[in-house]
Amino acid sequence: MNLFDILGPVMVGPSSSHTAGAVRIGGMARRLLGEGTPKRARITLSGSFAATGRGHGTDRALVAGLLGMRPDDERIASSLHLADEAGMAVTFENANLRGEHPNTARIELTGASGQTLCMTGSSLGGGRIMVVELNGLRVNFSGDLPTLIVQNEDQPGHVSDVASMLARKNVNIATLQLYRDHPGGNAVMVIEIDKAVPPEGIEWLRHIDGINGVTFLNAEEDSHGD
Amino acid sequence: MAIESLQALMDAKEDIVEVILESDCIDRGATREDSLSRMRALYAAICRASAGYDPSLRSQSGMVGGDGARMRAYVAQGRTILGEFAGQVIAQALEMGESNACMKCIVAAPTAGSCGVLPAVLLPYQRREGLSEETMVRALYVAGAVGQVIAQKASIAGAAGGCQAEIGTASAMGAAALCYLGGGDATAICHAAAMAIKSLLGLVCDPVAGLVEVPCVKRNAAGAMIAMTCADMALAGIRSAVPPDEVILAMREVGEKMDVSLRETGLGGVAATAFGQKISEKMLHIPQD
Repeated sequence: MNLFDILGPVMVGPSSSHTAGAVRIGGMARRLLGEGTPKRARITLSGSFAATGRGHGTDRALVAGLLGMRPDDERIASSLHLADEAGMAVTFENANLRGEHPNTARIELTGASGQTLCMTGSSLGGGRIMVVELNGLRVNFSGDLPTLIVQNEDQPGHVSDVASMLARKNVNIATLQLYRDHPGGNAVMVIEIDKAVPPEGIEWLRHIDGINGVTFLNAEEDSHGD
Repeated sequence: MAIESLQALMDAKEDIVEVILESDCIDRGATREDSLSRMRALYAAICRASAGYDPSLRSQSGMVGGDGARMRAYVAQGRTILGEFAGQVIAQALEMGESNACMKCIVAAPTAGSCGVLPAVLLPYQRREGLSEETMVRALYVAGAVGQVIAQKASIAGAAGGCQAEIGTASAMGAAALCYLGGGDATAICHAAAMAIKSLLGLVCDPVAGLVEVPCVKRNAAGAMIAMTCADMALAGIRSAVPPDEVILAMREVGEKMDVSLRETGLGGVAATAFGQKISEKMLHIPQD
């Protein structure tokens, strides 16, 4: 852990995992949807999030993240009212998401455009989070580094498409992960990189046959807490 | 590279704040100015959090709130057993812990549940001694490095090591920072931290209803008192008989031996009392606000 994992995050209490981490899970879902405040959110709480979430404000924290708040925003306590005002309909349920980390939430979103997103995120402690499922595929990324997420058909050549675009833009790859549901089915590439991808690089990928979605997440300014 | 042991700090030839600062720059690929400005922002956030205390707030369970103000009023009467300064320290620890439980903004140090210890020992001391913000920022580097070593060699999570890992670590960080501000050298600083850990060794994490409220808030006051005690002992020239890094390893071992019911599960200690179970039951039926 670095010095600022020990001192920090600057956050609204009471719990770095159940409150600050939950804000970041909500914020990650909002960023992955990529079109501002969603119209509808269905949130499933699992494990300790379900058991002690109410007392830790986990419900309000997740909604605050969906509204675009950061973990140090004192409006987190009133986020459920603010969601009403923003026209976002939120429902909560508890379920046992088997095999997941104890502090886990699944978030299903519908955006104003009708676009949908399903994401499962876990809060690992100290405000750090991990996205473990995205639109039905298992993944594993934190958003601490700039991250490029490419959804594509599972066919030859797409890794090369992405890698060559990054090489042309002089962007170094830190980590690369590939996931698919079955051979020839839906696949997702999660690429953590050392700096932002220029918008034209992302546009170029979007026009490739077999690439169905490209999302770029810049590193959050508060990714290590302050 | 991160500071790996307290011995490394004690062996350092230069000013330890410079050593810690340099190691942070390497660790995060940051410049010296980046690191310092981030630490200044953190100290400013601690001061803001202290100023933002609201005695009228109550936590979600209703168990926590208003005690910081109660303590300040008592200190103002001038009859505290520990004296005025220690009274201010206790009040600051309670206020920060209460702010955390009531969803106000705080600075985790090292965790949200133990966020009151460091501000409690630093803010009243800065006021009393008239120290500059820059000096306080340097003390934060010392506190952070001690926390970093504990995180590497043992744990700073209640779920892994019990409350000794949270309040114990915060107290060690506070003792080190105070000892630095009091003019102690690297050896005194590391021994202050070790004595604080030993004083809290074995402390279990037993939050009522799993909430960061009871007994967490008041343990911040206790952790701050131990930090002051150990800083003063170290400044007097008293040393931990057990070498500081070995004390941290003992903390790890005690954490590993601790039953899971005593590690942030809300199943043992004061959480398992009849009162604790009643609150736990009540929290399941609390209406959505």
